[in-house]
Amino acid sequence: MQVETTVNGKAMSADVEPRTLLVHYLRDELELTGTNVGCDTSSCGACTVHIDGESVKSCTMLAAQARGAEITTIEGMASADGTLHPMQAAFMECHGLQCGYCTPGMVMAASSLLKENPNPTEQEVREGLEGNLCRCTGYHNIVKSVLTAAGGA
Amino acid sequence: MIPASFDYVEAENADAAIAALTEHGDEAKLMAGGHSLIPLMKFRLTTPQVVVDIGRINDLSYINDGGDHIAIGALTRHMAVETSDVLKAQAPILAHVASHVGDPSVRHRGTLGGSLAHGDPASDLPAAILALNATLVAKGPNGQREISASDFFTGFLETALASDEMLTEIRVPKVPDAGWSYQKFNRRAQDWAIVGVAAVSNGSTNVAMVNMGHTPLRSAAVEAALAGGASAADAAAVAAEGLTPPEDLNGDAEYRSHLARVLVGRALGEAMS
Repeated sequence: MQVETTVNGKAMSADVEPRTLLVHYLRDELELTGTNVGCDTSSCGACTVHIDGESVKSCTMLAAQARGAEITTIEGMASADGTLHPMQAAFMECHGLQCGYCTPGMVMAASSLLKENPNPTEQEVREGLEGNLCRCTGYHNIVKSVLTAAGGA
Repeated sequence: MIPASFDYVEAENADAAIAALTEHGDEAKLMAGGHSLIPLMKFRLTTPQVVVDIGRINDLSYINDGGDHIAIGALTRHMAVETSDVLKAQAPILAHVASHVGDPSVRHRGTLGGSLAHGDPASDLPAAILALNATLVAKGPNGQREISASDFFTGFLETALASDEMLTEIRVPKVPDAGWSYQKFNRRAQDWAIVGVAAVSNGSTNVAMVNMGHTPLRSAAVEAALAGGASAADAAAVAAEGLTPPEDLNGDAEYRSHLARVLVGRALGEAMS
C-alpha cells in the first residue's frame, strides 16, 4: 500500500506492506536512521517521534496509521541552517547523553513534554520521561537538560 | 518483530467498521490506537487476517455532558481523558486512572474504548469504569445496546462485545462529590498493576480490582461487608475471599491476596474519609 506522509516538513511516500511498522518506514524506506529501535515493545522510547506534534513510540504504530500525518523525527529538530533545537542544545550543554542511543527518543519525548507543560518541576520531568529508558542510567543530566531547555535551571 | 501479514481496511465511520466486521467475522480485528493490539500481533499472539483501522474516526473522540452522565467517545485518547476539565470535575477518578496508563507517549495514542475492549485483567481503566458503574454502548448491524460495566468483562481478554459489534461510547455517572481512590501497586514506572484497587463512595461504596482474577472485577465480598455495616478495616479483611488471583513473576496468589487486603484498606480509607 502507498503511505503518504509529511516528514520533517517534506512530502514523503513509500509503497509498504500493511504490517510495516512506522519505525521501519522511517528507517528503511525513507532512510531516516536517527530514530532508533530499542526494546521493540513500546517500553524504552528509543523510537519516539512526533505525530502531529505529540510524542509517539514508532515501534508500536503501523506506517498505515500515520497516513496523512505530520511526522517529526530527530533529523527535523535542528533548523535548516544547522542551529540546534533548544532541547538538543540543552542536552549538549548539560552533557545529557553518554552512549547516545536513547538520545533521539529522549529529545523527542522531552520536547513533546515541554509543549504540554512548559514549566515542569523536576518531578514532572521524571514522570514525563517515564517511558524513555537510558541504559547508561544517565538520568540526572537528562533531567537537568530538560529543565535547562525549559528555562528553569 | 514484525506482525504476520494481514489485509488493512480503514473505516471512515462506525457503520463502515461494523460492515467490515460483519463481512470478515472472527478473522477481523478492530484497531483503535493499536497500543494493545500491535504488541500482541508483533509477538504473534494474535494473527488477524483483516485489521480494520478505526483510529481516524474523529467523531467518536469526544467528552460531552450528557445530563446525568458524561458521555465519552470510545476513540477518545487517554491523554484527553487525563486532562479533561469536565472529567476532573464530574468523575475525577477516571481522569486520575487514565494518567496511570503506560507513559505519556502511549497515552497520546491509546484510547479509552480500545483499552476496555481489549479486556486485559491487569489494565487500569477497567477498575475506574467498574467502580463508577459506567455504561458501555455497543453498536452492531442491528443497532446499539447498552452494557453495564459489571457485565462487560467476561473472560481473559474477552468482553461481552459480539464479533460484529463495536464499542462506541462510555457513559460515566456524574459523581462530583463522591469520595474516591485508586491504589495501584507496581514496582517500576509504566508497568501494569500487580494489583490495583479502585473505590468510589457516594452513599454506598463500589470497589473494583484489577489483576486479581481472569477479568477486572467488582469486589462482591467487600461491597457486601460494607453494605452490612462492617468497618472499612473489617471489609478490607475479606478482599481476597472467593478470588483466584493470577500467579506470575511478580507474585503468587497469596502475595496478591495480601496486596488486595492492604490496598482495599487504603482505598476505603481514602474514599470514605
